[in-house]
Amino acid sequence: MTTNRISKIPDILSSLEKPLLDDWIKAQLDSFTLRKDLISSTDLRRDSAEFLTLLKRATATGNLLDLNTPEWIPVKDFLSGISRSRANQGFTPTETATFIFSLKQPLFARLQEECGQDTSALAEEFWIGTTLLDRLGLFTAETFLSSREEVIKQQQFEMLELSTPVVTLWSGILALPLIGTLDSSRTQVVMENLLQTIVDTSSEYAIIDITGVPTVDTLVAQHLLKTVAAARLMGAQCIISGIRPQIAQTMVHLGVAFGDVVTKASLADALSYTFKQMGITVNRKQN
Amino acid sequence: MTINILRSETIPLRTDEDVVRARRIVRDWTISMKFSLVDQTKLVTAVSELARNTVDHGGGGSALLEMLDDTIRRGIRLTFEDQGPGIPDIVLAMTDGYSSRGSLGLGLGGTKRLVNEFNLFSEPGKGTRVTIARWK
Amino acid sequence: MDKIPIIKMGDFLLVSIQVDMHDRLAMALQDDLTIRVAKERSKGVLIDISSLDVVDSFIGRMLDNIAAMTRALGTETVVVGMQPAVAITIVELGLSLENIYTALNVDKGMALLEARMQASVDANDD
Repeated sequence: MTTNRISKIPDILSSLEKPLLDDWIKAQLDSFTLRKDLISSTDLRRDSAEFLTLLKRATATGNLLDLNTPEWIPVKDFLSGISRSRANQGFTPTETATFIFSLKQPLFARLQEECGQDTSALAEEFWIGTTLLDRLGLFTAETFLSSREEVIKQQQFEMLELSTPVVTLWSGILALPLIGTLDSSRTQVVMENLLQTIVDTSSEYAIIDITGVPTVDTLVAQHLLKTVAAARLMGAQCIISGIRPQIAQTMVHLGVAFGDVVTKASLADALSYTFKQMGITVNRKQN
Repeated sequence: MTINILRSETIPLRTDEDVVRARRIVRDWTISMKFSLVDQTKLVTAVSELARNTVDHGGGGSALLEMLDDTIRRGIRLTFEDQGPGIPDIVLAMTDGYSSRGSLGLGLGGTKRLVNEFNLFSEPGKGTRVTIARWK
Repeated sequence: MDKIPIIKMGDFLLVSIQVDMHDRLAMALQDDLTIRVAKERSKGVLIDISSLDVVDSFIGRMLDNIAAMTRALGTETVVVGMQPAVAITIVELGLSLENIYTALNVDKGMALLEARMQASVDANDD
């Protein structure tokens, strides 16, 4: 819907900024959805004031509908920051977006006063105002969700590091006992970590044990094989142990070729093999 | 979804040294954008392959670097362009296969695996344009 | 033009690649090594790439060529110190590099060369 009229919203935001801010803050503090346990009224006032100032500046150009222009970057940066910190504090996406939506009523009250009897002008202003605030609210929700995903990923990564430690079985022999279901990204991280440990400890042998892994799909199998290939290029040999008959069958069905990668049924067998390669023998003490 | 271009730079690709320079500039960009070491290496290697192709097979050309932001994540896009002889058989060029004669060298399929986006446009006699992108 | 230095270490030659090489420099290294190996009758060549943070198909081919060339001259080459990120990238790129011996560092590389020398002496004794 195109309009010949210039919207009154930028004017309201600049000349009625203070009363609008007061009304908005009051509306938020009165709202039952406000998380008083998570945000103080001081912080709320500060965030609201800053948002209104940035909104005033952005709308000054008269462009209220295209948020992809440079003048809207400061507003979006501010909202991204708010989303991120609210996500970290434990707010829900709705609670965060409500911060924006709650501005509608005070703004519309002012618009009603400005437009008076001109109902068609009022309708148009409502449409512009609601579209603008909806978009900003949705933007907030989107960045909230993506920063939540980042937090979850980070937590997963940290859990990963704790749950899949690389162990030194013997001088020069590393073991990586994998437990649980492997997904593509987890496997990648774990494998990169193994390769780095090979360098850090100058270990020529690494045993990847998958006894504790119930299923292995093609993608994970490929990551394993790529890791073995990468280790070889670095000058180390990987042995895969703990391949159960079911997994072996699946691999054949999926057409995954283990080629000349050394595989053993158990970690013990793999260790035995490695000792032999290194010329190490284990003898029982004679009485 | 709009993509904003935060930064852009054009690098000439005419000599050996230009290929080295292209690697260095892309490395700097990926470091400043905090890409993981593995992702940095993959992109710089892809750049090396394509820059060299431009110099050796395309008769020289240039690369346009762009730092992108689609409001959710950041990325780097590179467009390699030359007015050389073009690639007569694109399917063959994309096939994995090591040519010891080194005519087209390693298939471009390998380079494609190092990046998130890969686009190739080539017309025999007119030139070649390859666009790649890696997102964080 | 800078050249990559080739250092004689007893019976071996050691090349330590520290800079981001342009293609002509890589070709020059290949040529220089061929001459030195023949001249010194070296028993082995060690190429230390622990400072290289990129190995693309050109460098990969160079390493392959050097290995083939030294083998033809009766010696072996070992490439040492490849960084994990580089190894991962090479695998993804599809560079096979099957003909190259590799080791984690210079010490292990020399041990490998000694072992291979011994193996070929034993074979010749039969």
